[in-house]
Amino acid sequence: MIFQITPKYQFRVPVYAECISPDVFNGKKLDEIVKLKAWEGNKSRSLGDLFNIKIRRETELSADELIINLAGDFSKVRKIGANMTSGKIIVDGNIGMHLGENMEGGEIIVNGNADSWVGGSMKGGKIEIKGSAEDYIGAPYRGSVEGMKGGLIIIHGNAGRETGCLMRGGLIKIHGSVKHFVGVNMIDGTILVRGNSDGKAGAGMRNGKIIICGYIPSVLPTFTIDGIRSSTKVNGEKISGPFYRFIGDVADDGEGKLFISKAKNPHLKFYEKYLE
Amino acid sequence: MTLLIKNGIVYDPLNGVDGEVMDICVENGRIVEKIDEHNAQIIDASKMIVMPGGVDIHTHVAGAEVNSGRLLRPEDHVHDVEPKTSITRSGVGHSVPSTFTTGYRYARMGYTMICNPSMPPLEARHTHEELEDTPIVDKATFPLLGDWWFVLEYLRDSLIKECAEHVAWMMVATKGYAIKIVNPGGLEAWGFGRNVRDLDDLVPNFNITPREIVRGLCMVNKILNLPHTIHVHTNRLGQPGNYITTIKTMECVEDLAESSKPAIHITHCQFSAFKGDSWQNVRSGAEEIAKYVNRHTHVTLDMGQVIFTDTTTMTADGPWQYTLYELSGNKWVNHDVEVETSSGIVPFRYRRKNYVHATMWSIGLELALLIEDPWKIYLTTDHPNGGPFTSYPRIVSWLMSGRARARTLKRINEKARARSLLPSIDREYTFYEIATVTRAGQAKALGLKNKGHLGVGADADIAIYNINPKEIDPSKDYKTIRKAFSRAAYTIKDGEIVVKNGEIVKTLSGKTYWINFESLSLERGSSNCSRVVADLKRRFREYWTVEFENYFIPESYIGPSTPVSIKMGMCKE
Repeated sequence: MIFQITPKYQFRVPVYAECISPDVFNGKKLDEIVKLKAWEGNKSRSLGDLFNIKIRRETELSADELIINLAGDFSKVRKIGANMTSGKIIVDGNIGMHLGENMEGGEIIVNGNADSWVGGSMKGGKIEIKGSAEDYIGAPYRGSVEGMKGGLIIIHGNAGRETGCLMRGGLIKIHGSVKHFVGVNMIDGTILVRGNSDGKAGAGMRNGKIIICGYIPSVLPTFTIDGIRSSTKVNGEKISGPFYRFIGDVADDGEGKLFISKAKNPHLKFYEKYLE
Repeated sequence: MTLLIKNGIVYDPLNGVDGEVMDICVENGRIVEKIDEHNAQIIDASKMIVMPGGVDIHTHVAGAEVNSGRLLRPEDHVHDVEPKTSITRSGVGHSVPSTFTTGYRYARMGYTMICNPSMPPLEARHTHEELEDTPIVDKATFPLLGDWWFVLEYLRDSLIKECAEHVAWMMVATKGYAIKIVNPGGLEAWGFGRNVRDLDDLVPNFNITPREIVRGLCMVNKILNLPHTIHVHTNRLGQPGNYITTIKTMECVEDLAESSKPAIHITHCQFSAFKGDSWQNVRSGAEEIAKYVNRHTHVTLDMGQVIFTDTTTMTADGPWQYTLYELSGNKWVNHDVEVETSSGIVPFRYRRKNYVHATMWSIGLELALLIEDPWKIYLTTDHPNGGPFTSYPRIVSWLMSGRARARTLKRINEKARARSLLPSIDREYTFYEIATVTRAGQAKALGLKNKGHLGVGADADIAIYNINPKEIDPSKDYKTIRKAFSRAAYTIKDGEIVVKNGEIVKTLSGKTYWINFESLSLERGSSNCSRVVADLKRRFREYWTVEFENYFIPESYIGPSTPVSIKMGMCKE
């Protein structure tokens, strides 16, 4: 079954619509779905008040094949696909904060940009953003230490600050650039950045792996150089270098691996003398 | 308003009523002998338990430290949200709920009086502001005086009388109710990055020992005639082998006790009852403590039971919180309240499968079950340190049912289970004993004459639970017990029905109890205890960031105020 959802009007305040998730929609009739509750600011609304919902194709499909298609501007709509375990959400347009929070399975594809906290605390499944995303990709809710545990996040554009904060597992791939503090306080998992980084990469990391294929202004002084590698692997995929390999964050007794492209960072050449 | 509670099965330990079917009459917020039945609202409580409103002797619910805990833990709030209703306000929080929610949740469990046990005097205003915003329940708060420079100096110079005058001034200035002592001497030492190791270790720069502080303040407490005893959080709390220190602390005031009156209250005793010399071999010291308490009459305790959940620990014991931070690696707050005290906050999760946590769980229950006299031990979790207060009904079910204990025991760490004394204890609390450890005993220990009982003249604070003790076997139906105690059928506060079937139906402001000394004429900043005030003024100029004149909290500042007048016969120069 394919559902299509479009906003009825331009939202001016944040809308919390946790119920837009294949797990919630599964087994419900359209008239039950429009009665689901969502918050617009401090007002409780039903889904039908806020969105036009229609069934585009009615076939008896299993839960895994249930698709929700969001079309239009959803940049004020938060928590879409929260806690989902199966099915698929396809967004044609921009999407708001906390997309796929605590997600355990299934797939989300965004043909547009995403706001902060994409895949916050996610445990499994796949999120693909064709545009750019803001800060805190895969990061836990404020104050919590339960970062991303598994799954895959792919951003084709750029990402904001603190990507993969407190990450414990899984993979984040950024094809563009990232801002400061990528992989801050990371515990495990892998982050691959094809573009540049604004710096402070891996601050406080205890384990895991960060690969930066572009330029970085500097490496934190609490990382020690370990060697030069011609290439490295991410989930079996070969990423060619050569890379400087750093270990850190020593200030937190960390053993995380930070790979920095050698070719794009000639200003880091001075590290090579510590390898002799 | 008049109320008649008909045919309830009443448990009122202070008046020796043990499960008798009785009518309770309420008029103008008091319990009376008789009322005119025709004009009264009638509550049919047949087949239900009627108890006095619950009293909590130790719960951190207000003040700067609790508020910092709220700021520190957004993730504690996000999953526990109470939307507003036409009667109640909205609120959040599992282990550190917001003020209004705190009041509602206590009322839903049938509690009507709570004591906030640690108030740095400098933060007294903030504490009273939050207490005023905690609805329904009555409140009292205890200022921290165990590491107070003046107290240390007066006691070092053996000036007991001056110390008593000073404490009296402090009690009225901060609108406090009892003397709280936290890790005596240790907090002052923590200001210099140190701690005291034992009861006879010298406090740096003050040349005084924790023993002298505890004894000195116990004597002061006696001179001042305060209704509660000194409220002590022992030295070496949370360290393996500390049960010896706890017993020594109880022993050190043995000779100061009068006949059978208690002289000391050891709070959250579970945290002070560890045996062994490292975390690997920590064991329960509950048996030794229980043995001591069973043989002496001058001590009361509260449990400080641990619950397996995610919670927030907070105490004025800065050095202990530092240890906890080192153990857990969690985020933390450490605060030095100018010259007065320290404090720390660390989020903490107690895990079933962790040997130390499981042992702590066992110690709390062992204490409650091995101490024979329920008038000596009270039910607390040291909210939120051992777990949130909302888990009291769970503890009630553990105390009343060996099966409930066995069921949890099965799921805890294997080594802890093998060493636990619980399988060897058959004791199960009766409803009468539960009423003692949750209300009557606590009210008696606090010296609250109108609380914790249902005799004529008592405040009409009543809890009615939907359990029929004649039909139910608490040992088997522990789940029913837990449910009933979490949602009172009725909670009556000051003669008004505030909770019905576990839902708030009316809110009102609770009163704040504080100590007022009849012979001490105190006004804003002035007193007839000239020497004490002169001392204070001199020091304030040198060390405090606030002016002396702004320190004293006038009665008009606190919400509905209930001064408790005490005669002490001093300061008459």
